[in-house]
Amino acid sequence: MSERVARLRMQHVKKAFGPTVALADVSLHAHAGEVLGLVGENGAGKSTLMKILAGVHAPDAGEIQLEGEPFTPCDPLAARQAGIAMIYQELALAPHLSVAENIVLGVEPGRGGMMDWRATQALARRALETVGLGELDSSLPVSALSLAARQLVEIGRAVVVGCRVLVLDEPTSSLAQSDIARLFKLVAQLKQSGIAIIYISHFLEEIRALCDRVTVLRDGRSVCEGDTKQFTDEQIVGQMVGRDVSELYPRSPRTPGEVVLSIRNVQGEIKPQRASLELRRGEVLGLAGLIGTGRTELLRLIFGLDHAVAGEIQVGLYSGFGSPGERWKQGVGLVSEDRKLEGLALDLSIAENITLTTLRARVYPAQQVEHARRWIERLGIRCHSPEQPVGQLSGGNQQKVAIARLLCHDVDVLLLDEPTRGIDLGAKATIYQQIDALACAGKAVLVVSSYLPELLGICDRIAVMCRGILGEAHPVSEIDGHRIMLEATGTSAPFL
Amino acid sequence: MNAALSPGHVQLRRWLVRAGPIFALVVVYVLFASLRFDRFVTWINTEIMLQQTAVIGVGAIGMTLVIISGGIDLSPGSVIAVASVVVALLLQHGCSPLVAALGGVGVGAFAGLCTGLLITRLQLMPFIVTLGTMGILRGAAKGLSNEQPIYPDETWLNSLMKLQHHNLPAGVWLMVALGAGIAWMLRYTKFGRHIFAIGSNEQTARLCGIHVGNTKVLVYMLATAFAGLAGVLQFSYLTCGDPTTAVGLELNIIAAVVIGGASLAGGSGTVTGTLIGGMIMTVVNNGCAKMDMPNWVQEIVTGFIIVAAVTLDRLRRKAR
Repeated sequence: MSERVARLRMQHVKKAFGPTVALADVSLHAHAGEVLGLVGENGAGKSTLMKILAGVHAPDAGEIQLEGEPFTPCDPLAARQAGIAMIYQELALAPHLSVAENIVLGVEPGRGGMMDWRATQALARRALETVGLGELDSSLPVSALSLAARQLVEIGRAVVVGCRVLVLDEPTSSLAQSDIARLFKLVAQLKQSGIAIIYISHFLEEIRALCDRVTVLRDGRSVCEGDTKQFTDEQIVGQMVGRDVSELYPRSPRTPGEVVLSIRNVQGEIKPQRASLELRRGEVLGLAGLIGTGRTELLRLIFGLDHAVAGEIQVGLYSGFGSPGERWKQGVGLVSEDRKLEGLALDLSIAENITLTTLRARVYPAQQVEHARRWIERLGIRCHSPEQPVGQLSGGNQQKVAIARLLCHDVDVLLLDEPTRGIDLGAKATIYQQIDALACAGKAVLVVSSYLPELLGICDRIAVMCRGILGEAHPVSEIDGHRIMLEATGTSAPFL
Repeated sequence: MNAALSPGHVQLRRWLVRAGPIFALVVVYVLFASLRFDRFVTWINTEIMLQQTAVIGVGAIGMTLVIISGGIDLSPGSVIAVASVVVALLLQHGCSPLVAALGGVGVGAFAGLCTGLLITRLQLMPFIVTLGTMGILRGAAKGLSNEQPIYPDETWLNSLMKLQHHNLPAGVWLMVALGAGIAWMLRYTKFGRHIFAIGSNEQTARLCGIHVGNTKVLVYMLATAFAGLAGVLQFSYLTCGDPTTAVGLELNIIAAVVIGGASLAGGSGTVTGTLIGGMIMTVVNNGCAKMDMPNWVQEIVTGFIIVAAVTLDRLRRKAR
């Protein structure tokens, strides 16, 4: 095997930004017609490694070979022309332009600066057919497509220019189950066609289902590499975090108290259509279901961000709908699923973000910093100082800041929307611990998540949303992943 | 699998965006026509309205490029003044009219080159940089002319904006031709499509290997060159180089682009929309004048139209 010339080989790659060493020593290789899984916590150096490959950064040391030839891309265009294609987590499409134009962007057919629209259409058609979107009208603006379709368009863009190495960076983080299956089929098909695929993911079951080999990164080093089959999940996770994680989902004995949040037959403008639930003190209630079925909308509705057209909401002693400001006063806090756009003020400091909802008329900066320091320590937020802008932190640490705001406010009801999306295992573990500790302290937690093992791990009860209608909540001991999926896809009547 | 909105729905929305400004233009025209048919609907008044649109229109064609690319330019008013002064000075020093006109356009293009380089190389905010150049160029115009209008001898440049009675002024034809040219460029050249891509998602454009910096510099250069040309037309209209002309005109130019359906967030906009947006404002001003309404009424009405245009745009977006 190793005698064969690899499609891509990176050897002892190093990269430092000033005093911070992003990559200490990374080696990996990927053959044609093979899927290489790349796993590691956020901050392990995956994104830096990919940026080097994409020609955004140049490595300080080490060698990259493409089909045995030295490969030193000077800019993204050079990397693209050499056949390296990246599908980033934040999809890189221009929403106003048509599907066809996005596919040819940067490599437009035509001579002397002119657009050849006919060739553009033909290229787009070929790309869409490859990714199984043959029936899609390529003149539609990308903004009219669903997230899953956009991702396929982007893969089409990579394939149509003849890519040799395709990098997928956590492609499933925002896809529904059915779209994931479709993506997997496409990846298998692209692998057959002889493309070398590097698949980055936090989900080990995906790595297991898709990847022939796996390389684990930790603290800027490639710490282990081999056939996927030869490792157990525990071994891989152990290599990723460099410590034992058998207790990922802590669950202390909790006793549910009185009801603090009760909603009856609530209906939003579009979604949800009907939702009722009761949330007790000392309880973690999970909301499962496919993406786009109205789980996020339900949280927003409870929190007063969206308008409700019918139903009743009662928070503690208060009954009726309320604005977000009133909800905070009633002891309800929300962590948004979109921490970049909605959850956090990225340009403001950690201290400002944590204390944003607890400010009084007169602000004492020293006190803000003092508060922040306490939460930074308790949640293990990795930063230079409380005055550091939140935007400079890694995803996991940003999420900890978002949660710290609720803790600092000392809310009784926590509404958490995808609290661990796109963050590393270490940060996930911290957040699970906090949720457990909060429930033990008598707080009530409502969690929306698309990651079933997580819901099953941390929740006391789970309710499933299907097509805007919220089902009955089941104790976690009486439900498993299979039954949740059945209920979420509406293939069986909700359990009684 | 619900991969997309229905194509029909999207086509309808696209059509609404395109037709909205034309519809608005017809409405205001018919409104004034029904109020003052005798004085409003005449050949000479139509010609005057087109003549009044020419300066704003030419400037707005350039502004359309800037706004599609996601930027903003506050300097056109000052560029128009400085260009008119430069044209007058060059004519006074015995240059041929063509050289003088090119000088006016060149001054504009140079200003745009500087702004573009500042914005892209130093990563400065376009709003602030062009707020600065707006002041610098206005001051330069006053300095060059000793704060006095300059009246050079008459040449064919003065007749560009003259009313012709049987034909439209040359300046109007120039606006139409340039509009057509730029509309074509936006649609059929890579440069044009790259402007849209940058305005829609700059990160993506960079990732796809588009030279974002150079494209933007070129956009600002083109835009201010058009403002320079608008300055030549203004010179022709006034028959002098006036350092105090066109104060605040940049806001009318931006308004024309926005009324024409462009989004200030970038990524969308059309030249036809922009020109129609310019026409709407002229028709309102002209119509109010024919109704013998005082100036302040015109200003209020124009203000309302701008607010209405962005409100409509907002509603269109929400309707999806």
